[in-house]
Amino acid sequence: MTQPLLKLEGLKKHFPTTSGGAFAKVKGVVKAVDGVDLEIYPGQTIGLVGESGCGKTTAGRTILKLYEPTEGKIIFNGDDITDLSPKKMKPYRSQMQMIFQDPFASLNPRQTVGSLIAAPFQIQGVTPEGGIVAEVQRLMKRVGLNPEHINRYPHEFSGGQRQRIGVARAIALKPKLIVADEPVSALDVSIQAQVVNLLEDLQDEFNMAYIFVAHDLSVVQHISDRVIVMYLGKVMEEADKRDLFSHPRHPYTKALLSAVPVPDPKIGRTRERIILQGDLPSPVNPPAGCVFNTRCWKAQDRCRTEVPQLMQIGTNHRIACHFPEE
Amino acid sequence: MTTNKPFLEVKNLNVAFPTEDGLVKASSDISFSVARGETLAVVGESGSGKSVTSLAVMGLHNRRSAQISGQAFLNLESGPVDVISADEEVVRKLRGKAMSMIFQDPMSALHPYYSIGNQLVEAWSLYNEGSAQDGKKRAIEMLDLVGIPAASKRVDEYPHQFSGGMRQRVMIAMALINNPSLLIADEPTTALDVTVQSQILKLIRDMQQEFNMALILITHDLGVVAEVADRVNVMYAGKIVESGSAEDIYYRPDHPYAIGLLNSIPRVDKLEDTRLVAIPGQPPSLIHLPQGCSFRARCEFADRVPGNLCATTTPSLDQKGADHFSRCHLPESELVKARVEIGGRK
Repeated sequence: MTQPLLKLEGLKKHFPTTSGGAFAKVKGVVKAVDGVDLEIYPGQTIGLVGESGCGKTTAGRTILKLYEPTEGKIIFNGDDITDLSPKKMKPYRSQMQMIFQDPFASLNPRQTVGSLIAAPFQIQGVTPEGGIVAEVQRLMKRVGLNPEHINRYPHEFSGGQRQRIGVARAIALKPKLIVADEPVSALDVSIQAQVVNLLEDLQDEFNMAYIFVAHDLSVVQHISDRVIVMYLGKVMEEADKRDLFSHPRHPYTKALLSAVPVPDPKIGRTRERIILQGDLPSPVNPPAGCVFNTRCWKAQDRCRTEVPQLMQIGTNHRIACHFPEE
Repeated sequence: MTTNKPFLEVKNLNVAFPTEDGLVKASSDISFSVARGETLAVVGESGSGKSVTSLAVMGLHNRRSAQISGQAFLNLESGPVDVISADEEVVRKLRGKAMSMIFQDPMSALHPYYSIGNQLVEAWSLYNEGSAQDGKKRAIEMLDLVGIPAASKRVDEYPHQFSGGMRQRVMIAMALINNPSLLIADEPTTALDVTVQSQILKLIRDMQQEFNMALILITHDLGVVAEVADRVNVMYAGKIVESGSAEDIYYRPDHPYAIGLLNSIPRVDKLEDTRLVAIPGQPPSLIHLPQGCSFRARCEFADRVPGNLCATTTPSLDQKGADHFSRCHLPESELVKARVEIGGRK
């Protein structure tokens, strides 16, 4: 294969927790992302899944250097961008974009759609062929919005249409990588499919790579080529979609998949289900050993003391578990 | 499933809200019933009227700002009571006792200043004579029942000390503390992670059996519905567009919206690399509902109905099977074709 578009090596993002106040002392750290390796190629989609608090959103944002990584390397197109200053990051920014979860909060209510979608051109100082207005209208048409609505404000659009505005803004500079953070979870079911289809069409057209952050495993299963399952900041399992969904090897992945409700009464009621006990432990004070040991039905003494390393167990299939499923 | 007399019977319920822009017809012509021990799921998108309908049943709309007509009978042992026309004071005394509700967001449904025990005892003391000790005993009993570990200790803790899943358990305990006959659960697991969701769904089902309750589960998640529902109401733009057994809805859907919806969702248990079959367009505004069928603008089969009927006449909820109703003008022969056509696109 060719060189990966983006490569992460042991990416970590830790947030200090403080005692609060003006002379706050650092009390501890939240290891939101604690060692993520990843390689993504043009045209590929990697799904990043896990429950709330597992670090998937932080990972997505750290990849774009919206957070400064604590440790590890981010290599984009062969260049190490880990320590670049915001100024030096600017040329890279046009190649990596983000789509946000909440289409209501991510658009400035006082800007028109036209100026929202034109912002990337102005920031990068680029004038597209035919002028900005023509290009914005072309983009609007491409994502399924009426170009005549260029002077309208976000509140005049529905949730699905707003997400299309977010998509148009993200693809304006023809980026090579898009990090999409829960792009469809705020949308109604019938609208979700429209936006998922749009993202897939655009990917085919521009050969973009997607990092698709989501908690909805059905959507991730549909859109991804590869999937990374995270739990408390750590990667539990990483595999090609087919392997992961047909043959999960990590107990957590298995439980997670079995918990997803299936829209079929006969299958839904008879399917074997692993109900995990308890909740996600606090990321401020994660369990010793394997972070999943407190909820794992296979946990033994070794799991409570020794951290399992992410290891290869098949072609392109890696898991971090002492006692993998067969 | 039960065949006994329904506990709740809703007949021709309409709820509308006057606003500056016009009358919002949030739910119209709603009729359904639920028996004890039965689970009715109400599915639909945001704005389809699923919550508005149940809030009307609970008597939680402000009667001065909402226009409500129709009937909703609770068949109590003492005889039926229509909660729509009954005195507010009468309805208040049914709330929490005969019927109870759990809400979507367990973070905001609990009062942050009062301990969990305090809030449970408050609900209990509305309908029970007894000392604070008795109330607390009952609260601990309920917390234990809904699976809160160390209930006797945690009863004195505050909501912020509980996780999302645990708070939803507290909400369930609070809703059930006076043994209601009807429980309305409005998106009870939407704010929760999927592993916690399966815990809570199991708990709700166990509690339903334990208390032999009629259960109305409001959700937009068709997976959750398939797992727990005996019967399903599919709502669109304020109306029930299809209603039937879970098997009817999932295996023999009759309304183009229901057919489209079921085909538009990806499934975790099916590895297919095909496009999703999206329903084009978006739901209409509830202020300016179109003439005729509300789904017409998004329906690709409308032109197969003779005489432009979809544009002129609102379809009625017609019987299609033993307990299967659908609100569509499309003739049966065309429906069969529609089901195959949409399904074949996957």
